[in-house]
Amino acid sequence: MNTKIDVKNVDLFYGDFKALKNINMSFKEKEITALIGPSGCGKSTLLKSINRMNDLVEGCRVTGSITLDGKDVYKDVDVTELRKRVGMVFQKPNPFPMSIYDNVAYGPRTHGIRKKSALDELVEQSLKGAAIWDECKDRLKKSALGLSGGQQQRLCIARALAVHPEVILMDEPTSALDPISTLKIEDLMSELKEQYTVIIVTHNMQQAARISDKTAFFLLGELIEMGDTEEIFSNPKEQKTEEYITGRFG
Amino acid sequence: MKTAVNKFRDGFRARLRHPFSLLAFLLVWAAMLLTVAILAFIVIHILVNGIPYLTPSLFEWEYTSDNCSVVFAIINTLNIVGMALLIGVPIGIFAAIYLVEYAKRGNRVVRIIRLTTETLSGIPSIVYGLFGFIFFNNALGWGYSMMSGSFTVGIMILPLVIRSTEEALKSVPDSFREGSFGLGAGKLRTVFRVVLPSAIPGILAGIILAIGRVVGETAALIFTAGSITKVASGLFGAGRTLAIHMYLLSNEGLHVNESYATAVVLLVTVLLINLLASFVAKKLQKKF
Repeated sequence: MNTKIDVKNVDLFYGDFKALKNINMSFKEKEITALIGPSGCGKSTLLKSINRMNDLVEGCRVTGSITLDGKDVYKDVDVTELRKRVGMVFQKPNPFPMSIYDNVAYGPRTHGIRKKSALDELVEQSLKGAAIWDECKDRLKKSALGLSGGQQQRLCIARALAVHPEVILMDEPTSALDPISTLKIEDLMSELKEQYTVIIVTHNMQQAARISDKTAFFLLGELIEMGDTEEIFSNPKEQKTEEYITGRFG
Repeated sequence: MKTAVNKFRDGFRARLRHPFSLLAFLLVWAAMLLTVAILAFIVIHILVNGIPYLTPSLFEWEYTSDNCSVVFAIINTLNIVGMALLIGVPIGIFAAIYLVEYAKRGNRVVRIIRLTTETLSGIPSIVYGLFGFIFFNNALGWGYSMMSGSFTVGIMILPLVIRSTEEALKSVPDSFREGSFGLGAGKLRTVFRVVLPSAIPGILAGIILAIGRVVGETAALIFTAGSITKVASGLFGAGRTLAIHMYLLSNEGLHVNESYATAVVLLVTVLLINLLASFVAKKLQKKF
């Protein structure tokens, strides 16, 4: 497997506060990597610096380099292009107050696709890809806000898929959902990794163990340990990791 | 009405054992009733005094001091409202978009704009009238005209539009913006496709308030739009609005009854304009 994203010597500051300390790690193509760790450890921050959502935060500064297919995302890649290639799914489902169809078509339209037939096909493809087509094919023109929370989250995944990303970042995508919706999204993730590189932040250790290939453990802005998920959960090298996954703190 | 009475009775009974809670409950209800009563009193007073004088002659095309026709004043009012909105609303909305979406927080320019709009909203309308008279009528040489009048009130409603648009934009959840940016959309697209459509109801509320201010305005218009009893002859023609007409009719003391009738017309006009505004907004915003 090729390396998709490479993070080298990354420090990140919010004003004077150092949120990430010298992070070095790489994400392989078509794998699911789970980022775990207690609240405030910097895992979401790292996720958001990959598609530069941190640009929106005032006083946020990144040093070091994050590369996507060998190109520095802060220097060599246009931010629009970057976010097209690196899609994101947020903690709370955030469908736009438009129809289901318009939600999914928003991304492609943003990137210049206007033809009705092309959009129709993209919408169908993406909704199928996010395993929600059957539930909403008869109500595409209805408001997306009428869907349940779990459906909304799958719609948001469909919306991300519609621009044909290469990487999908997921920031605790199931923390606001019920167990059944969570299960559906987890199933979906294992399908997604056939085509996409997935990085997921999660507070749910079982979830990380169930779905991910690699797991990275963060603590206080530092990457403590990263490795195969099985290895991390059965035989962690660091004592801190063991303490966290066995629930002794966090 | 029946349910309101029932609610009051149930609420009253539930609080009998808690004197402070009961007191607060009664105060809240009293305040509510008083507000409704005042409004009802004003409206009923105007209707009772005005409706008997709503004669057909009041709606004749040509104004004479006998028929006291209000038709020209209705047309002038609509004219001023339309033009003032055309001037004030776009500038106000764009200014608010800048303040909320583009400017950095605590920026010096933003502070100055805030201070300016707050000051503008506190200025008495007679001062706007004098300013308009000196600047638009004299300095620019527009004279008493619809242009001078609508520019003056257009500036007057600016703070109102800016404020309400700002609040409406701020109430749009950041998660919408994040979602849009996350798909690679730029700021402009995010603002116009996602944020602004969600903010329309709030913006509309501000516009309705602005319409109310323009329709009810006298001091600022009497100096700028003039008080001729005719339909304004084009953009640079003068003419009085309904509110000025009312003021002058009752001021002269000869047509107090017609003044009440004019007030009824004014009420209906405001109501119709507001209905139209919400209708337009509903058309603009797809139903979600």
